Amino acid sequence: MSLDERRPEGHVDPVHGVAPVEETSADGGRARRPGELGPRELLRWTWRQVTSMRTALVLLLLLALAAVPGSVIPQSGVDALKVTQWKDQHPQLTPLYERLGLFSVYDSAWFSAIYLLLMISLVGCILPRTLVYLRALRGTPPAAPRNLTRLPDHTTYTTDEDVEVVLERARAVLRRRRYRLRPADAGAADGLAVSAERGYLREAGNLLFHVSVLVVLAGFAIGGLFGYQGGVIINQGATFANNLTSYDDFDPGSLFGPDDLDPFTFTVDDFSADWLRSGPGKGTARAFSSDLTYRDGVDGPEQSYDLRVNHPLTIGDTDVFLIGHGYSPRLTIRDGRGQVVSTDATPFLPQDQSFLSFGVVKPRNAQPAFGLEGLFYPAYVLADGNPVTVTGEDLNPTLSMTLWTGDLGYDDGSAQSVYILDKDGATQIEKADGTPYRVDLQPGQTQQLPDGLGSVTFDGVQPWVRVQISQTPGKGIALVGVVLALVGLLGSLFIRPRRVWVRVRRADGQGAGATMVEVAALDRSGGGDVTGVLEGIVADLRGQPAPSRRNADGDDGETSR
Amino acid sequence: MTDLMWASLSDQAVAVAGVVYFLALLAHLVEWASLREPKEARVAAESSAGAAAGGSVALAERTGGTEERAERVAFFGRLGFLLTGIAVVVHGVALVSRGMAADPNRVPWGNMYEFTVSGTFMVVVMYLVLHRRFSLAWMAPFVVGFVVATLMVAVIWLHAAVSPLTDALNSPWLVIHVVSAVIATGAFTLGGIASIAYLVKLRRGEATSGPLTRVPSLATLDRLAYRIHAFAFPVWTFAVLITGPIWAHEAWSRYWNWDPKEVWAFITWVVYAAYLHARATAGWKGRNAALLAVAGLATLWFNFIGINYFSTSSMHSYAGVISSVASPLLG
Repeated sequence: MSLDERRPEGHVDPVHGVAPVEETSADGGRARRPGELGPRELLRWTWRQVTSMRTALVLLLLLALAAVPGSVIPQSGVDALKVTQWKDQHPQLTPLYERLGLFSVYDSAWFSAIYLLLMISLVGCILPRTLVYLRALRGTPPAAPRNLTRLPDHTTYTTDEDVEVVLERARAVLRRRRYRLRPADAGAADGLAVSAERGYLREAGNLLFHVSVLVVLAGFAIGGLFGYQGGVIINQGATFANNLTSYDDFDPGSLFGPDDLDPFTFTVDDFSADWLRSGPGKGTARAFSSDLTYRDGVDGPEQSYDLRVNHPLTIGDTDVFLIGHGYSPRLTIRDGRGQVVSTDATPFLPQDQSFLSFGVVKPRNAQPAFGLEGLFYPAYVLADGNPVTVTGEDLNPTLSMTLWTGDLGYDDGSAQSVYILDKDGATQIEKADGTPYRVDLQPGQTQQLPDGLGSVTFDGVQPWVRVQISQTPGKGIALVGVVLALVGLLGSLFIRPRRVWVRVRRADGQGAGATMVEVAALDRSGGGDVTGVLEGIVADLRGQPAPSRRNADGDDGETSR
Repeated sequence: MTDLMWASLSDQAVAVAGVVYFLALLAHLVEWASLREPKEARVAAESSAGAAAGGSVALAERTGGTEERAERVAFFGRLGFLLTGIAVVVHGVALVSRGMAADPNRVPWGNMYEFTVSGTFMVVVMYLVLHRRFSLAWMAPFVVGFVVATLMVAVIWLHAAVSPLTDALNSPWLVIHVVSAVIATGAFTLGGIASIAYLVKLRRGEATSGPLTRVPSLATLDRLAYRIHAFAFPVWTFAVLITGPIWAHEAWSRYWNWDPKEVWAFITWVVYAAYLHARATAGWKGRNAALLAVAGLATLWFNFIGINYFSTSSMHSYAGVISSVASPLLG
């Protein structure tokens, strides 16, 4: 439409914005081929390219594209178990994917490269724009163009009022509409015209939005570097003390030190869930709740908290979340010598929503050594000869495990997962017909093990809870950043920068219609419809009621008062 | 009324709404088809221009036909609009009764079926609200056609029996997060339709006759698309980057976990951010910007429905997909 209107504010257009190649360089008169750039010019050219609007756009689209693989390929940061399963299923693709970092896309070098470039582009866009904006803030609206009728939106009318009267009214009308006016003495050519501009805050909103993106990223980075996530399964009745060795899994940020752990302890007093016994959600549970007793610090007062989903417990900088539950069968195990070697409750891990759970029992002190591995059915039923569990509620708890002896790696000192039985040096006990020997138990039952290994008694079942414990510093910064970004976004989208000019001329001759008034309006953001604005101003100038027109301002979200 | 009655009322209302939308679609199709000049009329007009004698008779016939056609167009346009209005009321009844069917009563946003029924509802509501302000009459067949198709998908593939909310969903943030996301989805859909129309019109050129004359000029379409997107984008930002993370932090312990649904919401956000930038960039405004808007719409609806079938590890997949072992609470 016109002069400066469509130029993306501040972004350098790569076509016109390439650094001009200087004819002679500093090192004297060495002849240079056309288009050849010195190192400084090359640097400047590169900077211009990186900070150009077009590059920013391409980087944005690249970022969107680069985020896709992470939603399809399992991510180790989201679900490590899925990653392991995927790797087992695709042995040939795995090395390639690992080299490309496809199992942790959002930490990978190429993903980081894209958003770092985008940030550089962002900074390169913010800095010059801020300077331009600060200058514009102090500046005055530009003088009226010589020929207002050449602007796409203009109106002309004649009146018999005095030139000065019309000009004065124009100033008053525009001031009332919160336009900034060009001082009358700012230019001689402007003597009989009024120049006005409004909507300065649009660019402020724009800048605020872009700066806020950096703030959000800073908050995100702080959380990633100084925070941690840890998960732990705790039996009902057990106590958790917040130190590194207590966690089942621990994922610290690279700058997180163990000293940063808040000292606190808590005990899981109780866990309860409402199991649905009818209806479409039958077999699933609701209203999970776990009563905790916790102590902030080593000798803080004892407090209690009802830990539920969506209601995390905050202790100091640390948040404790309830994210899972399951069953721990309590077994009394006697070894071949007749000694009780374990009375522990062992957490079994649910395999699916029916809470069919898998677990391993390792009586470490048993002589001779043995281990058990198998399934726990909360509500055991034999359906068509197959053992199944009909619901996740522990209505008919049943254990079915296989028995292993030999070297189970209990004593070799290496760290062992409590959920995996090391069977490399072990042999499975079989029945006479060659099928695996099974330990099938319901609460209260005892089974004598063959080969004089001892006995196993199923004492009962108790729940466990899985809690996620995390410190996320910087989350407040990120939140403030994103809220500011939204505020800036609203400003940059809905504040309309406009210029209005009124020129008054004394036409030849005297009497009625001797004064000619030209009014023109320009929307500087592009896409704005200023006809309504123009009509309103003209109506005010002529002292008539504004034409009733829906959406008179031609815009959303702004009133012209 | 018992919960079961409410549930079947909801199902029936969705079916009725679907049928009435379909009738509205038919009405709008008749409206558009009526815009097409019969071939004989065109031929007659051309020959009348050539032949001096008898030309006036043909011309008279032709103008008579035009008036009749204009009446028919207007009638079916009104009929379609009226039917859409009726359908959206029934559609609303379906949503309310869906919430009443649950025990305890709840907002009807517990699974993909309910999200989809709500999303399509919001598309129609936004269309009706903006109908006069932006002269959206031309959009009718596309909006209604889209809603009919999406409702069919919802009923055939996504339908799930009414069940109580999972614990993770049981939070005030559900209302704020889902309402804003659904409003943005409705607006983005309308904006996307405007952008698609822009691209079609750009390819076919300004038509002087036939159905395409209903579609506004390129400049109007571009501005319309921009305005709707400019409204939807901040709402989407609020839904996805403010309420989403706050709630995720409360329920799942991480405010941003690169969950597939989050990833695609982010992708959608980035694509629409690119659209807003593109409109201000030389060489990108117009066609490329419209292409970006359409790409954004594709990612939006893929995220809404599609991603659940590509990734089972999403904590957002409420379609009864088995949750990960580590967090069985989040069903």
